[in-house]
Order: sequence, then structure tokens, then C-alpha cells
Amino acid sequence: MKLEALDITKVFGSGSQKRRVLDSLTLRVDFPHVLALLGPSGGGKSTLLRVIAGLETPEEGTVSLDGIRMPSEERSLRNYRSSLGVVFQSFNLFPHMTALRNTELPLTAVHGLDAATARKRALGIMERLGLADHAGKMPAQLSGGQRQRVAIARALASQPRFLLFDEPTSALDPEMTAEVLALIAELREFGTPMLLVTHEMGFARKVADQVAFLAGGRVLEQAEASDFFANPRTEEARRFLAKVLAY
Amino acid sequence: MSFSSLFLSPRGGVSPWWLRAFWMALVLSMTALLCVLVMGGTMGVTRAGWDSVWKFRGVFWSGWLLTILISLLSLVFSCLIGLAVALARRSRLLPLRSAAMLYVEVIRGTPLLAQILFLFYVVANAVGLQERLVAGVLILSLFSGAYLAEMIRSGIESVPESQLESAKAIGFSIVQTYRFVIAPQALRQILPPLAGQFASLIKDSSLLSIIGIGEFTLAAQQVNSATYRTLECYLPLAVGYLALTLPISLLSRVLEKQLRYET
Repeated sequence: MKLEALDITKVFGSGSQKRRVLDSLTLRVDFPHVLALLGPSGGGKSTLLRVIAGLETPEEGTVSLDGIRMPSEERSLRNYRSSLGVVFQSFNLFPHMTALRNTELPLTAVHGLDAATARKRALGIMERLGLADHAGKMPAQLSGGQRQRVAIARALASQPRFLLFDEPTSALDPEMTAEVLALIAELREFGTPMLLVTHEMGFARKVADQVAFLAGGRVLEQAEASDFFANPRTEEARRFLAKVLAY
Repeated sequence: MSFSSLFLSPRGGVSPWWLRAFWMALVLSMTALLCVLVMGGTMGVTRAGWDSVWKFRGVFWSGWLLTILISLLSLVFSCLIGLAVALARRSRLLPLRSAAMLYVEVIRGTPLLAQILFLFYVVANAVGLQERLVAGVLILSLFSGAYLAEMIRSGIESVPESQLESAKAIGFSIVQTYRFVIAPQALRQILPPLAGQFASLIKDSSLLSIIGIGEFTLAAQQVNSATYRTLECYLPLAVGYLALTLPISLLSRVLEKQLRYET
């Protein structure tokens, strides 16, 4: 799959508070299995992910998947969004529904599956992700790691074109972080391409095939993960890696 | 159990239920005794007094039933108004938003009594609405609707942004987002204040007596002018309202407790 983000500019705020979070950013990826967006905080990683997911409309620029431009009309945009799976940093499960209901609702409500098929598929995914015993529980009864698993199950159940992870572990303690990262590594088996924004350098190094390094609203460097970590080409990336890998 | 714990609730805890029940019973009976001493002495409660009022029990009864009817109808309409206005206040259409805001501010900024007088003698008169009961229900619904609109709006706004984001990412339409995500969570938030608003509605309906709707309060006033009995007319009046509002107050307390455990 080919992802192209061309000349993307996204501005937040207005007047003197105006901030260009993405500044004529261009990213072309022949989608590898896993692409990691890395870079300093405020560099525009999460915003880029949200633009690609169709959650944020850029002031300028276009996003296209396999040569097809992301629609701008609300109804088609909704279809576009539903064709991707997004896992957020905080727990965005619906707290008033069981884990199973969380997983199957998008299938019936958005993807038009009948109730029986949706349930079967939701249960199948949950079983593969080790959630079989938790299907009937409410999110509040699950641990942070389990909740994030359910969120991943929900995203995967609709068989998305690719998965986007927006700092999936930033709200978890170290133990659960390890658990969720292990799961994301396992997701390779599902064959769904993944784009992830993460602060976990060790994890990105291990799991990502390609890396895009963002700072100041631009892609400064794009490389195979092994190359990037062994031999960053830009000064900014070198400094960034030196800082985060210092400990 | 120490002597002081008979009077004081333990810090950060609760006294046994029988102790609380005992104090409630004691306070209740002292209040009743006080009432009898004060009012019974000055107004001369007699068997004959109660007998003369008892003859008009049918008037009380039909007034009480009419109060329930008015309250129920107004509840339904005020919920519809409240929902529509809450959505209007969140609308992207600015004129709609301004209109909704004006409505809420005017209603909440004026006394219900003034609204009843103005809407009945001026507006209803001008449009030729003669039916008092219909006018009364409409006025009460308009009044309560403004308060409900604010409650519903705050309920909707209490649903975290992350939930809306999630719904958007899944591909829910606006209607689906309201149906599956916002409504169930907002309803939980506002159920207790909603119950309180219904209790207010019942009490506020008493003001409709001013435009001659024969609800519970007017019924009591009519019996009073027929019998010249005050205590015997107005004590049942108060008790009749309490009989309606106390269960609702209890219900809202139960709801509040349940919500606390679920989240």
C-alpha cells in the first residue's frame, strides 16, 4: 500500500497564538509493515497521524492512499475513517458497554454486518488477542493493558486497511506498556500494516521497518529503521537520539 | 457505644440505621406536637372542623389528580423542549443558537408567576387560546424546558472529548454518535437532577391556581372559602404535595447511589 501526504500544513490557534504544527510536510511511503513516526514532542507526529486518519482537516495539502485522494465531503470521509483502525493513547473505549459490545458495535452500526456475523467476528478477534475471558466485562473492570487490547480488537475487527497507533502506551505503567508493546509486535501476524507514533525508542527499533523523523512540522528524515538508529543523517535526529537513548 | 455517639455521626462514617430512624421519628413527632400546640390553640381544631372539610374530599381528590396530570404532561413536553433547545444551543447555526440562548435566559431570569400572568393574560389571550388547562401545561412546559435544556446540555458536555474522537474514528455519523455514545453517558449524568426537576415541576404547578386551573392548590383554596377552615384545608394540601415529591426525592437518591458504584 502506498501512502502519500503532500504539502500538508496544519495550523492551530488563531491570531498571535497561531502555530504551524505541520509546515508543508511531505511524506511518501510505500507502506512497509510497520512505519514509526518519531521525533520530539510538539514536532507534529500526532497531528500527522490524525490528518492521515481523517480526524483533522489540514489547511493545505492532500493525503492519498494507493493514489486515491482522501475525500473531503463528510459522508465519504466517514467511509474513509471507518476503513482505518485507530488506537488512541488514552482509553477511548465506550465505558457503558461491555468489551464485546465495544468490539462488535462498529461492525453492525458502520460496516453493515448482521448481528450474528459481527458477534462471531468480534469473539474471534478477542480470542486471538487473549480476551476470551473478558468479553462480558465493562471497561472499568479491566486493567489498563486489557483495555488497550480491547481497543486494538475493536480496531482490528473491521479489517482495516491499516492500523494507526497514537502513543498507545503513554497512559500505561511500565509493566502494561511492555504487555501492549508485545501485543503490537505480535500483530505482525495479522498482516495489517501499521503506522505508529511512539515514545518507546527501544520498541520502535525492534518493531518498525521504516522510520520517519518529524521535527518542527516537517519530515526531516525517512529511512529504514536499522539505518536510522545506527546512522541518523540529520543533526536534529542525531541530537534527538542522543538525548532519548542516553538512559 | 458511647453516649456522644447517640448524638453525633461518626467522622467519615454513618450511624446505624435504627439510630437515624429514631432521630427522624423524634424530630417528626416534635414538629407535629409544635404544630398542634401553636395552630391548634389559635385556630381551634375541632372534630367539626375536620368533618366540614371531609365533605369536600372529592374536590381535594380531583384537584390532586389534576395536579398529577398537569405535571406528567408538562414533564413530557418539557423534556421535548429541553432536548430540542439543548441541541439548538450546540448547533452550528448561529441564529438557532442565539434564539435558544435568549429563551433560556428569559425564562430563567423571570419568576414563574410573572410568566404565568404574562403568557396567559397577554399571549394566550392574543392568540385566542381559551383553554386554561392547555395554556397551563404549555406555560409550565416552557418554564421547565429551559431548566431541562441546561441540564441536558451540561450532560452532553460532560461526555469527554476522547469519546467523541473515538466515535469519529470508528466512522459513526452524528446521529449514531448521539445514540450510541453521547445519550447513554449523558443520561446517567443527569438522571438525578432530572428527578429533582420533576419534583420542582409538581410543586411549581401550584402557581397555576392563579389563572383558575382547578388543581390541588386551587381546590384547597376553594374548600377553604366554603368552610372557613384553614389548618384543615392547608395541612392536607402540604401533605398531598409531599406524597408526590418524597418518592421522587427518594428515587433520585437511589439513582445517585447507583451511579456512584457504577463508575
